[in-house]
Amino acid sequence: MASETRPAPLAHHFDDYDQQREAATLGMWLFIGQELMFFGGLFLTYTVYRWKYPAYFALGSNQLDIPLGLLNTIVLIGSSLTMVLAVRSAQLGRAKQIASWLGATMTLGTAFLVIKGFEYHHKWVHHLIPGEGFQLPGTTDPAAQTFFVIYFCMTGLHALHMIVGLGLLAFLVPKALRGDFSADNHNWVEGVGLYWHFVDIIWIFLFPLLYLLGRHHA
Amino acid sequence: MTATSSHAVSGDTGETNYLNATHGIGSWLLTRDHKRIGILYLLGISVFFVLGGLMAVLIRAELATPQGDLFSSDVYNRLFTMHGILMIFFFLIPSIPAVLGNFLLPIMIGAKDLAFPRLNLASWYLYMAGGALTFVSLLTGGIDTGWTFYTPMSTNFAQGQVIVTAVGIFIAGFSSILTGLNFIVTIHRMRAPGLTWFRLPLFVWAHYATSIIQVLGTPVIAITILLVGAERLFHIGVFDPKYGGDPVLFQHLFWFYSHPAVYIMILPSMGVMSELITAFSRKRVFGYHFIAFSSLFIAVIGFLVWGHHMYISGQSVVAGAIFSFLTMLVAIPSAVKVFNWTATLYKGSISLQTPMLYALGFIGVFLIGGLTGVMLGTLGIDMHVHDTYFIVAHFHYVMVGSAIMGYLGGLHFWWPKITGRMYNEFWSKISALVIFIGFNTTFFPQFILGYLGMPRRYHMYPAEFQTWNVLSSAGATILGFGYLLPVIYLLWSLKFGEKAPANPWGAKGLEWETTSPPPVLNFATPPVVTEEAYAYETSVPAKEVTVGV
Repeated sequence: MASETRPAPLAHHFDDYDQQREAATLGMWLFIGQELMFFGGLFLTYTVYRWKYPAYFALGSNQLDIPLGLLNTIVLIGSSLTMVLAVRSAQLGRAKQIASWLGATMTLGTAFLVIKGFEYHHKWVHHLIPGEGFQLPGTTDPAAQTFFVIYFCMTGLHALHMIVGLGLLAFLVPKALRGDFSADNHNWVEGVGLYWHFVDIIWIFLFPLLYLLGRHHA
Repeated sequence: MTATSSHAVSGDTGETNYLNATHGIGSWLLTRDHKRIGILYLLGISVFFVLGGLMAVLIRAELATPQGDLFSSDVYNRLFTMHGILMIFFFLIPSIPAVLGNFLLPIMIGAKDLAFPRLNLASWYLYMAGGALTFVSLLTGGIDTGWTFYTPMSTNFAQGQVIVTAVGIFIAGFSSILTGLNFIVTIHRMRAPGLTWFRLPLFVWAHYATSIIQVLGTPVIAITILLVGAERLFHIGVFDPKYGGDPVLFQHLFWFYSHPAVYIMILPSMGVMSELITAFSRKRVFGYHFIAFSSLFIAVIGFLVWGHHMYISGQSVVAGAIFSFLTMLVAIPSAVKVFNWTATLYKGSISLQTPMLYALGFIGVFLIGGLTGVMLGTLGIDMHVHDTYFIVAHFHYVMVGSAIMGYLGGLHFWWPKITGRMYNEFWSKISALVIFIGFNTTFFPQFILGYLGMPRRYHMYPAEFQTWNVLSSAGATILGFGYLLPVIYLLWSLKFGEKAPANPWGAKGLEWETTSPPPVLNFATPPVVTEEAYAYETSVPAKEVTVGV
């Protein structure tokens, strides 16, 4: 028989696994709450400037690449599915499967960033980076930059969260392979899963707000 | 040979406690014990308090005469900016939660530690990293934006280390967020058996309310600071009108956090107050539920009043009127607290020990700070005194007078618990008195100056204002002396103070049932709670009480 799996660690200050798990879950939800307020500042900024410059927002969103954005949306939703499967495997205590699904999630997450990189490069080539060399066809008003400032802030911050998420996943894979997670204790997988879905949901809002909304008004 | 590993608990003998369980600087810098982390914070905030205090000394020295004879206006701008930044972000916001809250919260609810001990230590490192960056910015010239970082001043025109300071505040902000998160989870999930929500000490309720603001408010200032940094670094137009940006949007985002931040500073002090007033009047708190919910009400309504900082920023009159109305609402839970504390005193068996002196001082100072807050919430009055010393006096009465009185009262109350030593009662009473006199002498004249029209943030002023300014500077000297005294006798007590008993004040609460200082895991045996908070004997009429114990 294989040696028994590593004992699931119960931290010294918790009474039992239930308490430890509930604490971890609540902690992650609160963290997501603060993340929501963090992004919330940008969503507010978006709303204010969209209200102020509807025409420039229409011009700007027409410069965005819908097929690539859509592809990325599909990739990211796919990564949420693989993340759920990783959490499910953890709940069932299937160590090898956890690692595979985490790996799949990392692959899709990386694919998202690569596609996003192409989109950014495209904007660079077409002088759509806010600053001195900015040129938006159809207007010379510097205020037209506003859309792209917000586009880069929001998608950039989102991409940064993706990178952090990938780092967390990379940290979990070897732990999963070592058999650190059991049905009793897989708080890390669960927590990173929550985080990953949150980052996914942010994109689900960013895609229509930036790419789709009101582009026919241009 | 007794086994004395770090997990050994010998609460009854007091031999092994959290201070002597392990030794060496590494055992402190890598500790996950909430009590030691509380002390690490105490050291951190004390350093920043001294630094911020030095700036205040220089500011008051300059303002002793109408001419700008000590500093150029540029240096003066940097002085009051750094004074504000250090005091607000690196002293007041972490003061009670990160020091006393860290130390006491788990003990008060009968837990062994906070829910996330490693995160707690990480929060301290974030705080210190943010402080270090701000200190670097200070050494390399500081900034002149005012602590408010208003755009386009901060993004286009300010000289100095705006980005370094901004990053410092950003990092320290996450320390605050994670501390709040840790507290909320701990209060929800780590309470001892029998400790229901309405048996929690009001200190815990106050910290719960504070934590909500920390978790939900701080990220907004974080993203705002990030945007300011991006605008300054890349010359893009988030708030810059030249590129279609809206500087007033910055003010909205800034005050959305920075007004609730005032409640981050005062709510924990109010929590301390409830503990002090009950302990030193030997009486159940009057209206427990009202005080508990008033903290939550302040936290919630605090998110809806930011516009009262912007009455003259081009906000619509309708918005101004609504914000004015909402601001008035804050007076209700604040008054509930003050009335309930006063009612708790009524027919209590009051003893005027040092913490109680601070508590009584708090009530007086907070009353003035709070009522002038109502005045300032009124549209018409605010327009008259906006950007004058009236504002400066008001927020110092709340943030310095009240918040620091609460902090010092709490520090004196729990000092025996934290260090296991008693301090000198005579000198501590003297210092409480000196601080009260010094504080009022410093800041009350500023109400008058402001009402007469002296604007804030200038290093010169018309000669007719000099008398009040000299009085204020003299008061600051007294106040500085008052703050110096505790540094001396508290440090003295560490070496020469009497050993503190487990419960030197005869107070109620789980923290007084364990040894002073507490063992590593807080209690020799995990406590079970069977009674309400503040179950003092005198809930029956005072005359019938014969024996105290």
